[in-house]
Parts: sequence; structure tokens; C-alpha cells
Amino acid sequence: MENSHEPRADRAQLCQRCETQPASVHVTTVVNGEKFDRYLCEDCARQEGAYHLMLVPQFTIQHVLGGLIGLNPSGQHAEPTPDKSCPDCGYSYQQFAETGRLGCDRCYHAFAEELEPLVKRLHGSVEHHGKVPRRSGQDILHQRTLEELRAKMKDAITQEAFEEAARWRDEIRALEDQHIEQGSQDNGAV
Amino acid sequence: MEPFSAWMEAQGPDADIVLSSRIRLARNLKDTRFPNHMAAEDAEVMLGKVGTAIQGVSGQWPLGFQRMGELSPINRQVLVEKHLISPAMMEEPIGFRAIAIDDLESISIMVNEEDHLRIQALLSGLQLPEAWSVADQLDDQLESALDFAFDARLGYLTACPTNIGTAMRASVMVHLPALVLTRQAPQVFTTLAQIGMVVRGLYGEGSDAVGNIFQISNQVSLGLGEDEFIHNLTTVTQQIVGRERHAREYLRHNAELMLADRVERAWGLMSHARIMTSEEALRLLSEVKLGQDLNLLPATKSTFAQLTLFTRPGFLQSQTGRELNTGERDQMRATLLRKRLQEEAQSA
Repeated sequence: MENSHEPRADRAQLCQRCETQPASVHVTTVVNGEKFDRYLCEDCARQEGAYHLMLVPQFTIQHVLGGLIGLNPSGQHAEPTPDKSCPDCGYSYQQFAETGRLGCDRCYHAFAEELEPLVKRLHGSVEHHGKVPRRSGQDILHQRTLEELRAKMKDAITQEAFEEAARWRDEIRALEDQHIEQGSQDNGAV
Repeated sequence: MEPFSAWMEAQGPDADIVLSSRIRLARNLKDTRFPNHMAAEDAEVMLGKVGTAIQGVSGQWPLGFQRMGELSPINRQVLVEKHLISPAMMEEPIGFRAIAIDDLESISIMVNEEDHLRIQALLSGLQLPEAWSVADQLDDQLESALDFAFDARLGYLTACPTNIGTAMRASVMVHLPALVLTRQAPQVFTTLAQIGMVVRGLYGEGSDAVGNIFQISNQVSLGLGEDEFIHNLTTVTQQIVGRERHAREYLRHNAELMLADRVERAWGLMSHARIMTSEEALRLLSEVKLGQDLNLLPATKSTFAQLTLFTRPGFLQSQTGRELNTGERDQMRATLLRKRLQEEAQSA
């Protein structure tokens, strides 16, 4: 009989022995050439004597992230983990490097410099193109529309389509005025 | 609690292969510590705020709001088994966490899991845009009462930077016995990984694909709009469904005897065995389902999704109304599944 085990990524599956704790150890047993696979929690694996080796740390998204943090794009360790903390919640960058989780939404601002390359590596992009909160994001939605219109106006100018450019300009002005009006109305209501 | 969720009726498009479509949105409150960095008092305030907001949308979205601590461990486990909460919700600090669920069990909001809110819509079959529409509207309603952390450039801000942007995870749960039998599954999954999709087992991260059930979801959440992520996953799923159907036809034409033998054996065991582990049950149910889909076995009133629930320890104990040890569960599982199959096959 031989035992081998490898760390499992998650607690999702329950231990096949106690069926209450998350399974974290994959135990492969070979008896007379027949192979049996079982997934156990650490306690049950220990009780069954499956442990001959030291427990390898779990391989979770947080741990992978921890490895990615502090690497420069060529994969070499750049600088040591910066000794920084979020002024709003006190969470340190070191804590983030260990857990892969941030302390609050303001941490994104506090660690902006360090997070930018990481986000790019994770998502291949640093620009959100999805939904904007309908109520609190009105200003952002407005800015987005304005930027789109300005880009169209520029395009028209480079193509020397000045009449079209003038139409975009009017639309931009109208939108800006409308926004100012709305703003003053909102203030009036408060 | 209803024994089954509405999506388990398997009425959606392509529901014979696509068991469910799910959209999950992560949302966090502005200027508030994330759950991993929260003190008990912060968690109380959070739960109060969110509870009020959920109460506020109850006209359009009647959701039952419950603290995880008030649920029995067995009922918590059933929620995981029905995919209404993640296994992480059962971890400490349980007192920080709460859950809101609708009557059909198609909507759930996890409070203080990794993020403050995880809004989920779960529908039968391949219906990702429909699930998105539900989650999107509920999100809007909640946002009218709650200030969500959002950045113009990075999108919705989440505890883990892997989820920022749309903070959306779209996923489908698919049953692919023929792709596994014809050994095409590994190649399909490698291709999926190359285009930014993740494949997991029945119970999410790290779980094995017992019963040939796989979850496919988008890996990346930033850089594209929700519609684009959903469109990509829908297209990929349609292709996988096509391949699975093709593999089933291939088996039927080239290995019908082997196939019939296999599914009949599974049926025989399921309708006669007295002791059955959850893995064995899931494996056999998958084969029975394949046999039913190919008209090689009698249909049952209970759907595949409903029958798989009977393999789960929490559901078994909730049905029995008491705690059962492993041996008792293996017995109860065999008994309940055997009776269902025998009775329903006769009536059909």
C-alpha cells in the first residue's frame, strides 16, 4: 500500500470520511494494483495515517496572487514589498500580499501604483467597459458620453468634415448645459 | 424550505445538457471595510443596512432575509448543495454573514462572503442574458438605497482584484457524459482555458467533476462589457452542447451495445442497491441520465438535478429530519433513490 497526497485548491468538496469538513487532501491508495482515490479533510487524513510528509501549503487563488504580487513583467522579483498602509482602513500592503485581498475600496487608491501592473496581468486590461451604477454613477455616465462625442468631433476635424464637427460640438454643448441645469436642480431640491 | 429549486424543473432551453445558467455580481459598499478586514460591530452595521435595503425592494423582489447563524448546520449545507450559497459562507465568522433568497430559489444575495454583496440569479438551461437581466435589475434597485464602491476606470471594486470591473461571474453547469466517454473533454477544457474560461467541478473551485458535471465560467471580469462576456460564454456553451450531442450520436451509432449495457447496468444498480456512497450515486445517475436522454431507459418524473440532490449529505439529512452518520447516509441515499426510480419508472 502506498500513499500519496497533493494539496487541493479549495474547500468546495466535503471530506468523504466525515462529510462535514471541506476536503483538502487527495489520498490515492494502491492495493494489489488497484487504485482508490479519496478526498479527505486534514483531520481525517491524519487519523487514517495518510500523512507521511509535511503538509504542503494550500494552492488557492490568494496564494497564486501572493506570488504574482511584487513580480515585474518579466517574472523576476522587482522591489521588496512596499511598506505601505491604506490611510482609511489601516490595511497594509504586506497583508494584501499575504492574503490576496484588500482591506477596503480605498485601498485601490492607496496602492494604485502597485495594483496597476497586477490588474493588467490578471485581466489583460485596466479599463472598465461595463455597467456604471445608475444612481451614483450619473456623473461618470455623463463623462463617458462626453468623451465619446469629443472623440467623434476630433475625428471629423481630422477628416476636415467641419460641418459634422460643428454638429458634434453643438451636441457636446447641449449635453454640458443640460448637466449643469440638472446639477443645479438637484442642489435646489436638497 | 421547498425541497427543490425552480431551475431544477429543467424547463429552460437545452436543459438536457445545460443544467443551469448563473450570473453573480459582487458589490461592496463605499468607504466600508471589506468582510475580511471587518470588526464585529462593522458587520452588524453592514447587515442592518443591507437588511433594510433588501426590505426596501421587497415589493418587486420578495426575498427572505436570514442570518447564517440562525440556520442549522444542516440547512446551511443544503443551501450549498443547491448552489444558493458558496461553501465559504459556512466558514467563520458565520455571525457576520446573511443570506436573502426568493421563493423560487432563483435569486440569492450572499451578505459578507468575500464581498459585501454577491447577487446571484440562477435559471434553468442556457439563459445567461435572462439571468443577467434579473441580476442587473435587482442590482439597480439595491443601488438606489446603497452606495456601491465604484471607480470610473477599474469599475466595481472588490475585495480580491481578480473580480474587479464588471465584478461579474457568468457560469453554466453542463452535463457532458459523452464528451468524457469519448475522451474529448480534456481537449475541450484546454481550449476553454486558452480563451479565458475556467472549468470546475460540481461544487466550484477545486471540486472534482463527479457525475460528468462541469461548471464553465469567465475568468476575467475587466475590459469587456457584461453583454460581451455573456455573449462569449453563451457562444462557447452552444458549441460544447453541439459537440456533446454529436458525441452522443457517435456513440449511439458506433457503440450502441456498449452504451446500452452501461446505462442498463447503472439503472440496475440504482434501482436495487442498498448502500451507496455519494460518488457512486452521482456517477450512476449521470449514466442513467445519458440513457434517458438517448431513450434507452425509462423517463422519470424527477429531473437529473433533483435526483443529484439526493446524493448530497445535507439534503439527505434535511429530508430525513435528523442527523445521520456516514453509514446511515449511504443506506438512506440508496433507499430514497431506489424508491424514486422504481416508482417513477412504473408510473411512466
